[in-house]
Amino acid sequence: MATEGAIDALGQFKLATALGPVGSSVNFTQSNLVMVIGAALILAVLVVGASPRAVVPGRLQAMAEISYDFIHGMCNEQIGHEGRRFFPFIFTLFFFVLMGNLLGLLPFVFTYTSHIAVTLGLALLVIVTVTIVALRLHGLHFFSYFFPPGAPKMLAPLIVPVEIISYLSRPVSLSIRLFANMVAGHVMLAVFASFIIMLSAAGAAGVVGAIFPLALNVVLIGFELLVAFLQAYVFAILTCIYLHDAVHLH
Amino acid sequence: MSPGSSREPPERSFEQRLQAARERQGMDAPAAASARVEGGSALGIGVRVGVELVSALAVAALIGYLLDRWLHTRPILLAVFVLLGGAAGIANVYRLMGPKGPRP
Repeated sequence: MATEGAIDALGQFKLATALGPVGSSVNFTQSNLVMVIGAALILAVLVVGASPRAVVPGRLQAMAEISYDFIHGMCNEQIGHEGRRFFPFIFTLFFFVLMGNLLGLLPFVFTYTSHIAVTLGLALLVIVTVTIVALRLHGLHFFSYFFPPGAPKMLAPLIVPVEIISYLSRPVSLSIRLFANMVAGHVMLAVFASFIIMLSAAGAAGVVGAIFPLALNVVLIGFELLVAFLQAYVFAILTCIYLHDAVHLH
Repeated sequence: MSPGSSREPPERSFEQRLQAARERQGMDAPAAASARVEGGSALGIGVRVGVELVSALAVAALIGYLLDRWLHTRPILLAVFVLLGGAAGIANVYRLMGPKGPRP
């Protein structure tokens, strides 16, 4: 991290091609590689975990069942009865983001959720899905969403643009929240890690002093685990809330 | 579902029992989707509010700029939309933190 004495906290977000000449010829980056690994891990846990079909589940089966139940409950609670239709979407979204956040905490693994291109892509997918669902369920009545019932008609030229901007700001805030949280966490980790190297290069007193940033990094990793889970949860539950709005309109 | 007219239960009316059963089966939408999802931590709430304000403003500024470029009204629409974006940001925060209930 600390190359030539300077703190290089952002170098970890640089994309490079993976898989040698094959990867470089099709621009397959290490970010894509981690995405594939993450997706494969989710599939493996579900397929291998669900295969025993034991009445009393083992660890892996319990994990698969708990993750299923967790998202299923979230859909039912937040969207309502119709939420079951969106279960596969929410499930995929939640575990894709969670895998990106968690795998990124391992050393030498790229955090694909730390790129705005990825999070904005996911958020745009969410908002386009929500809009299509609302249009299909309610038709043109969907546009009454931008004018709350009971508001004075005189205020329409003010309320409608504000509501439209508010609606369009959803994917932006959704993607920035995830991206900023992941970047901030990894930059903090990198900065304190480079403090360890710089201090320990400064002699015996420095080595003793380096214990503090090391201890801080241990705490930070625990905090980042929390953030990784929380941000995936927030991403999924906000998608559920938007879908709730789309299904029920007002 | 038996019509509750013949044997009226003393404790609860038919409507109440129907409502409870519908909620249990998830047939009725939950009253209000919880917006307070980012845990109770002050930092989380602060970041959330900041992101809401800034993203609304950024989207509005972009819309204003693009409309200006399209209609050749250079500064006017950008100024108008920045104001509207600030209002939309406040509306977002109010929806997030304001009193619960039906959507304002």
